[in-house]
Parts: sequence; C-alpha cells; structure tokens
Amino acid sequence: MKNEWPLWEVFIRSQHGLAHRHVGSLHAPDATMAINNARDVYTRRNEGTSIWVVKSVDITASHPDDKAELFDPAQSKVYRHPTFFPMPDDVKGL
Amino acid sequence: MYAQMVDTGTPSAAAVDAQEARFQQRIDDGIRIEAQDWMPERYRRTLIRQISQHAHSEIVGQLPEGNWITRAPSLKRKAILLAKVQDEAGHGLYLYSAAETLGISRDQMVDDLHAGRAKYSSIFNYPTLTWADVGAIGWLVDGSAIMNQIPLCRCSYGPYARAMIRVCKEEAFHMRQGYDLMLALARGTPAQQAMAQDALNRWWWPSLMMFGPPDGDSVHSAQSQAWKIKLFTNDELRQKMVDQTVPQAEYLGLTVPDPDLKWNAERGHYDFGAIDWEEFYNVVKGNGPCNRERLETRRRAWDDGEWFREALVAHAGKAAARATAKAA
Repeated sequence: MKNEWPLWEVFIRSQHGLAHRHVGSLHAPDATMAINNARDVYTRRNEGTSIWVVKSVDITASHPDDKAELFDPAQSKVYRHPTFFPMPDDVKGL
Repeated sequence: MYAQMVDTGTPSAAAVDAQEARFQQRIDDGIRIEAQDWMPERYRRTLIRQISQHAHSEIVGQLPEGNWITRAPSLKRKAILLAKVQDEAGHGLYLYSAAETLGISRDQMVDDLHAGRAKYSSIFNYPTLTWADVGAIGWLVDGSAIMNQIPLCRCSYGPYARAMIRVCKEEAFHMRQGYDLMLALARGTPAQQAMAQDALNRWWWPSLMMFGPPDGDSVHSAQSQAWKIKLFTNDELRQKMVDQTVPQAEYLGLTVPDPDLKWNAERGHYDFGAIDWEEFYNVVKGNGPCNRERLETRRRAWDDGEWFREALVAHAGKAAARATAKAA
C-alpha cells in the first residue's frame, strides 16, 4: 500500500475550438507520466487534440448539500433568458 | 475523483430510514447518484464489489488472448489483436477509477485480487488452445459482455454508467473482429472450419454461464435491481444472448453444441439445454483449468513491476524537490 501513485483528473479537447472536457481519471507518478498515460487510456480512437491533467487533490468541488443555496436562486430569474421577452413579429433584427 | 466520505456521525435509525427513502426516491426518479452524494453503506459496498470485479475481469481477460499475440497468422490480425487487448487494459482502468470514487484505493483492489479475496469473471479461467479461440472470445465472450454492459450505461451510479458508455463503444469493435475472424475460418479449408467448430464447442457453454446463476439462485438480484445497478435478470440476458447468437452461428455454418436447442414459436425465443452449474461453481471456486495460472501471472506482473513503480515515484519526488529548491 506504500507509495501509491497520485490520482489525476484528465481533460481532453476533442476538436480545435472546443473546450477541454473531463473524461476520467488515472494514476501516475508525475504530470509528464500522467499526460503519457492519458494519451494511452483516453485517446486511442482520435478522441483528442489536447490533454490537460490536474491532480485530483487540487480540485475544489462544491458540496451536494449546498446545491439548493448555490443554484436555486437562478431558477426565479427567467428574465435572464431572451425568450422571456415576447417580441412583435414584424420587428426584425432582435 | 475521490469520493468525499460524508461523515454522518451516528444518526438515529429513523433519520437513516428517511435518508434512505430519499435516496431510493432519487433512483426511482432516474436521477444519477454521484460520488459526493449520500448513499447507504450497502449500496457503496455492493458497487465496490461489482465494479472492482468487473475491472479485474478486464485486466485478467487480457491474458487468454494475449497468449496469441505473437502467433497471430498475419500482421493485420496481430495489430487488431494488440489493439483489442490494449482496449481491455483501458476498460480495466476506467472501471478501477469508477470504483475509487466510492472510497477504495487502487492498491487495495489490486491486493484483493491477488490475495484471492476478489473475483473476476470465471470465463477467463478457460485456456485458448487454438487461433479460433481468439475469434470465439470476441464473438461470444465479448458478445455476452456487451449484452450485460449495455443496460449498465443507464445504471444509477454516475461514474459507473459513464465508464460503461466508453466501454460499450469500444466493445462493439471487439465483437466484430471476433466474428470477422470466425467468418474467415468458416470460409476457409475444412481444417479451418473444424477449428472454428471446436472453438464454438468449447466456448458456448462458458459464455452462457457468464450471465451468472439462474434467477432463483442469484443472491444479490432483488436489491441490485431496486438500486438500478442491475437492470435485467441473469436469465433474461442469457436468453437474449442465445436468441442473438444462434442465427449468427448458422450463418457461419457452425453447429451450436446443444442437442436441446430449438426455436419455440410460441415463446418467440430459442429453448436451450440445461447448463452444467456444477462446472460453473467449480471454476468460481478456483478449480477451473487456468485459475492458478491466471492469478500467478497477475501477481508476478505486479511484483516484477514494483521496483519500476517505486523508481518513478522517487524520480518524481526528486524532480519536485529540485524545482522547489530552484524557485527558492
């Protein structure tokens, strides 16, 4: 059980112009090996054009118990969506 | 990501019941459970057992086919087999990561496998005697695995479901390359056809056993179905496999080794003969043709790699220390 390799989270950019997206995690002794392993584990079928790896312990995540406090307020603010405002049919360019 | 183990202290029984009812409601509503969410300890333990055994199966499953990489009949077949075996390693890694989100370490899982505390699919304790076995494994063993895994893409635990989606996408290649190999043999010489038939004869029953004991004898089924970590029963999936595979065998001109096999128009399914469950339990208990060899191979690989794993950690430590010193 000694010296277990740290866990890394892997993010892949699938195509030029898209954001990196979380695809999974893996163990590696350092960042260089994490990139090498990520290439073998997560891009065997042309899934990527770029890889990010981040040590899992360095990620700060919101807690599920805070979900209501964090996200409920947005629900009552429908006016943030353009569809909230009915527009006259004959006005163009809106 | 590592699960944040939610410390619930020692709540009253009523509070636990209410919490568990909310948990079940979420599952019934089709909302995925994620690593940080509260979950009953039994759900966590059952999933760790299920996912880690699944991961072990992928890793041990490399061995029977790996046996043929150096003896593949052409460069094309060799490259395909290498890619397939590499996929199995990848599948093992996706699944180990999914299990780790439940709070068990990778090393602990590996140790459980090597100590014989954790199981892997008993199918991998059968030997690969001829090249046709590589085809039969892709066609039948991966075919059964897909049948079992596709529903798991919708299972209640998010990290497991996501891992299964990746696995299933890749498994379709495995099954097809297996059938393609069988097709080549079936269209070949009489000796090649005989080799294909022999492989089907040996892999047919073990592949049907992969779905596990009959529903009446399956210990974990009811609870696992309520938790949506098992979506169909063993017998339902087994029947689907038989129905799907028989016409495929007919197309190859091969005979399924079951004298009781026949189409039942009334049920709309094939009836098939009794499975030798004594053989199944015997292999599960460790007495299959290759149990000892498989575990021994895994242990040796782990032990032989120990110095290398440690050297990489030492190197990473030194490089980090040097970087810190330089920055200071």
